[in-house]
Amino acid sequence: MERRGSDAVLHLAGDWIARDTGVRDARTAKQLVVDANGAARLRIDTGKLGRWDSALVVFLQDIREAATGGGAGRAIAIDEQTIPQAARRLLMLAALSDGAAATKAERIPSVPLLARIGRPAISAWGGATAACALVGDVALRTGAALTGRLRSRAGDILSLMRDAGAGALGIVTITNALVGGILAFVGGVQLRRFGTQIYVADLVGIATAREMAAVVTAVVMAGRTGGAYAAQIATMEGNEEIDALRALGIPIRDYLIMPRVVALVTMMPLLYVYACAVGLLGGMIVTVTTVDVSAPAYIQETQRAITFTHMSLGVAKSVVFGAIVALASCYIGLRAGRSSAAVGQAATSAVVAGIIAVIALDWLFAMCANALGI
Amino acid sequence: MRVDGLALAYGKRTIQRDVSFAVRRGSVFAIMGGSGCGKSTVLKSLVGLLRPTAGSVVIEGQDYWGLAEDRRAELSRRFGVVFQSSALWSSMTVADNVALPLQMFTGLADAAIAALVRLKLSLVGLRAAAARMPADLSGGMRKRAGIARALALDPDILFLDEPSAGLDPITSKRLDDLILELRDGLGVTIVLVSHELPSLFATCDDGIFLDAETGTAIAHGSPRALRDGCDHPTVRAFMARAEG
Repeated sequence: MERRGSDAVLHLAGDWIARDTGVRDARTAKQLVVDANGAARLRIDTGKLGRWDSALVVFLQDIREAATGGGAGRAIAIDEQTIPQAARRLLMLAALSDGAAATKAERIPSVPLLARIGRPAISAWGGATAACALVGDVALRTGAALTGRLRSRAGDILSLMRDAGAGALGIVTITNALVGGILAFVGGVQLRRFGTQIYVADLVGIATAREMAAVVTAVVMAGRTGGAYAAQIATMEGNEEIDALRALGIPIRDYLIMPRVVALVTMMPLLYVYACAVGLLGGMIVTVTTVDVSAPAYIQETQRAITFTHMSLGVAKSVVFGAIVALASCYIGLRAGRSSAAVGQAATSAVVAGIIAVIALDWLFAMCANALGI
Repeated sequence: MRVDGLALAYGKRTIQRDVSFAVRRGSVFAIMGGSGCGKSTVLKSLVGLLRPTAGSVVIEGQDYWGLAEDRRAELSRRFGVVFQSSALWSSMTVADNVALPLQMFTGLADAAIAALVRLKLSLVGLRAAAARMPADLSGGMRKRAGIARALALDPDILFLDEPSAGLDPITSKRLDDLILELRDGLGVTIVLVSHELPSLFATCDDGIFLDAETGTAIAHGSPRALRDGCDHPTVRAFMARAEG
């Protein structure tokens, strides 16, 4: 910067490439304008300017802003005659857009404390009522589902049933066999100390039939199928596919929710029975190989221990767990945002909500069973 | 940029057999043609998303597809690409969308990146929408945000896939003006794919017309020149829409 008569002249030289030379700080521009104080105008000389890109335009924008009084100094006129024409066009374009933006700049209003507490509470209340409405809706359509009057395609329901049933056999087998084996191992080690290792069969049998088969299978289904349902529906929401269904008058409840509820409610009891068999088998293999109990004795003791009541309780739980996993995942999927991140959040939320709901309901079942003396 | 004998296919399905053209520095070049003729496919091969089965793409003397992958990636950083759907990252704000390439490929400080992001958003008229999420933008705003992101690294070549598709005439006109401003202001070479005739006439200096049947470029020249002087029946039928 130098003074020439009444003008201050700012010499810009060399390359101004953002990636190579960086971007000049806005404070530098302000300081230069302050230094030019007292001059009639600030002339920008680009005679020795090399290659340039956005770095130069950003700097010139900062000079302009500071020179119009936006900085510390008073306003000063700028002579931009030697600035490359292309840079001047960009400055003009940016200034035009900024001018338009300034008139409708989006300000984020400060939110009072009461509103900050109240809004999430209202939102939570809205969510709870919507969830109740969904449960009620599904309950009302159960009759239609049982009599085949749902407005959904049989092929879709069968496909969902195959996915939730046969498709889940692998993971249900592994988890339940391992849980049965763990129960047998822990129980066997303890009971052997008293010479009552035969009762491992009772422990594994009753625990598997009453609790573990239904709960473990439901947790697995919440992670596997519930997450998939939520992600599927959230993706449909993001792609406006659900809007398209609504626009065509196709009921979301019948077309999207009921088939998933039907698929899980019908498959879960079957998976439960299968999980029981696998869990008992896993328990028997571990017992026979680690504790001094023969296979026939183990089977006989298991038959004696497991009653119809235990199995009925397990089946009832599996039906309820299937319904809650399907409802929670559909509900969360439908309330998801329209971004790709929202799909991930919906899947995660559905899994977490499904697992919590299953465990909470299992506790409720335990309390009720205890009260009824079952 | 020079393209020689480019052949493109998806698996066994040939899309283009022999496409050749050259793009002058600082010009707006159009890849024209009807739906399904392979315009976007050609664009994909120019930006490194689809390897040609034959032919070459020469950019500043370098055979783009002949380069090692890391050299090709380096050259690709001199391109800006605006996709048909804008393809903004939906979990980031508009400003973050523009900032990401700068954060990934420059060692600039946060303040410098913020200044560059403000400039790019100002250029496309979206400075006020910097904090908004892509889902909250209109179609035209998304296109402009896509352009701001494509401009983040000051590209030498800007590729635009159907920039005016789905936009109303006024928004489309604004976008055309922006394309011309970017050409004149930044001196950037622009290659755009479109079948929107008013936009093509308004913005393009040169171009080619692709034909789905023959899988070749059946005409070369600016959209106006093709409208006024091309005898090929497919081109004439296409251009007749502008007069009708």
